[in-house]
Amino acid sequence: MFPTLVAMLLFIALPIVSVITQSVFTPHDAVLIETENCNPFGCKTETIIDQEATAQRRSEQPLGKFVGLDIYFDRGHLAINELSTAWEASESVGDFLDRLNNLPLYRALGFTLVFTFTVTPLMLAFGLLIALGVNSLHRHLKGLAIFFSLLPMIVSPLIGSLVLYWMIDSRGVIGSAIQWLFSDPDLSLKASTTLTWIMLIVYGVWHSAPFSFVVFYAGLQTVPQETLESARIDGASRWEQVRYVIIPHLMPLVTFVALIQLMDNFRVFEPIVGFRSEAHATSLSWFIFNDLSGETRQLSSASASSVLTIIGVAVLLAPVLVRTWKDFAAKRA
Amino acid sequence: MKLKKIALATALVTVSTVSWAACTINDRVNIIGNEFPAIHAVVDGAKACTGAEVKSNLTADHQKLNVAGMTGTPAEYTSAIIANSSIVALMNEDVIRPLDDLVAKHGQNIKKNQLITIDGKIMAVAFMANAQHLVYRADLLEKVGAQPPKTYEEMLEIAEKLRSEGVVQNPIGGAYAAGWNLAQEFNNMFLGYGGEFFESGSANPTVNSPAGVSALNMMKSLSAYMNPDFLTHDSNATNAEFRAGNVAMMNMWGSRAATLGTAEGVSQEVADGLAIAGPLMVGEGKTPASTLWWDGFTVSKNISDSEAEATFVAMANGIAPERMDDAMSPLAVWLIDGYEPTAQAQGVFEAVNMNTQPYPMLPYMGLMHTALGNELTDFMQGNESAEQALADAEAAYMAAAKEKGFL
Repeated sequence: MFPTLVAMLLFIALPIVSVITQSVFTPHDAVLIETENCNPFGCKTETIIDQEATAQRRSEQPLGKFVGLDIYFDRGHLAINELSTAWEASESVGDFLDRLNNLPLYRALGFTLVFTFTVTPLMLAFGLLIALGVNSLHRHLKGLAIFFSLLPMIVSPLIGSLVLYWMIDSRGVIGSAIQWLFSDPDLSLKASTTLTWIMLIVYGVWHSAPFSFVVFYAGLQTVPQETLESARIDGASRWEQVRYVIIPHLMPLVTFVALIQLMDNFRVFEPIVGFRSEAHATSLSWFIFNDLSGETRQLSSASASSVLTIIGVAVLLAPVLVRTWKDFAAKRA
Repeated sequence: MKLKKIALATALVTVSTVSWAACTINDRVNIIGNEFPAIHAVVDGAKACTGAEVKSNLTADHQKLNVAGMTGTPAEYTSAIIANSSIVALMNEDVIRPLDDLVAKHGQNIKKNQLITIDGKIMAVAFMANAQHLVYRADLLEKVGAQPPKTYEEMLEIAEKLRSEGVVQNPIGGAYAAGWNLAQEFNNMFLGYGGEFFESGSANPTVNSPAGVSALNMMKSLSAYMNPDFLTHDSNATNAEFRAGNVAMMNMWGSRAATLGTAEGVSQEVADGLAIAGPLMVGEGKTPASTLWWDGFTVSKNISDSEAEATFVAMANGIAPERMDDAMSPLAVWLIDGYEPTAQAQGVFEAVNMNTQPYPMLPYMGLMHTALGNELTDFMQGNESAEQALADAEAAYMAAAKEKGFL
């Protein structure tokens, strides 16, 4: 018990406290001065930061300036002011949604939610189909089939998405094939938002279906044969056996896989970088990456995005967790 | 063949060690910098010093590592190789030291125009210049009887001819990938139209201006002649398109233009047709639609004086005039004494002669660059007006600048 507590404190609680602290403090106001700067192309008056004055502020308050929830409410995050202006200015709900879509966080949320709620059910369905398929194979073929079904998960996400990225390029195998199919030489998967979303979703399903496959396949080995047999004697078709015996048996596993995948898909990141799709689709995780990779790092903004991600995951998982809790309580009672 | 190469390499190494064997240092040196041939050449020179260990970490991710690696005391990296955009982050965090004393003691081979002075103090020593300029296919332009363009308006006319006469389907290349590249192309065009990024002396943005709108509209017109995937093409992908013979004209970095025709798999036609010219003008602007860049080295603040001295001596050896041989000269447009410009350097030289503006060295320019890179994509896809895209970019910038204490 004690080691678990210490580990949880160190690896879960402390980082969260640190991120929350960083998100409510920002760097001090910079003291700017104008100076004469020279480089190989000539001299020019330019603005720089007065280091002495700034260093003093820093030593007085090393954490930075306390700003409360300002970062959470700014345009890069929840955009409270922009939201109310948009609400007042818009004439219809459609117009409001258009304006909402112009704010980075809401646009990213739009994609992330669509991605999460299409990929998760699809990967559950595909995983189950593959598991049923593999399970009915001859035992000599099973090993090979399992290996190939797991490949998408073995390939690191960044590499997998890069490989696909080049294939769907307008000069790549899939890209050219689609152009030929629709006889439109200008058709480009990467230039259209809708097609980019579809591509990312297809990639998401391709990458995560093996996970649900492997879990369901393990579950299939524990299906009680007597129940199946009696179902068969009662004249149940294969579909009815799956629907009324196998799926109910696997239900706890479905909840488990859905839980993990909702969490994973909400944090979608690698395919966005791999497919270079930031013009069409972004996510909260991508925001964090973007804030930290610019020439000027924005730690407070990245921290705020992290906290919002944690809250988002908690909200998404709440229904599933409540359900699991109820099941658990019911069993105990 | 292999033997010959080995013999040649050995000969080169022997010759080179002889010519700058004089460099000795007595403390550790650790260099972080970007990864391209010219920087490798400089760092190799620094490593030729004897007496103490010279380590290096050259990577495209150097900007994510250098501030962190120079913040502690003693700093992990004693020197960072940076450009005029990336020195700002080091200045903002106050991790580099003034070099006046070291230049006075060991800088006899450094020319005055290599010294980057900020507020009267030398903060970096530049060794190469860079700029984006026109790279084109002389053979394709000849087919439609066109002279190489001097302005973007001419480029559009030639592109239309090339397309309508069936020479190339997408004649214009551009590194318009969403993010840093797209913002950089906007910066070029914006400065070309005479735009100013900020109110003078403050961090208030002024990109939502007539110059900004014209710049965006010009970029939109150009993109109609590009590969439809242009929002995912960075300079590497754009070069690949050029090498494959799919592009007739593009705005490309001088440091990358030199090796365009020599890479593996480039057809003879492309290699022969490759031609370089100065940057293009646009609209009624007085300076070209491009920016000037320098690359140079800095010395960490949080290290001992003896480490700083060793670092400076080693780096000065890396850019010593004696090292300007046939292998090093074509790699970049060097600012080093004794450098004879090669044919590939012509584009960058033109850029300097045409008074191209240097990339702005302001504490908050990085934030503006990021904001532009994220917010201009909607306009390029035709989802919103130029004014709206620029207003969004300003709003995104202001949120970031407030956070960093600039507004």
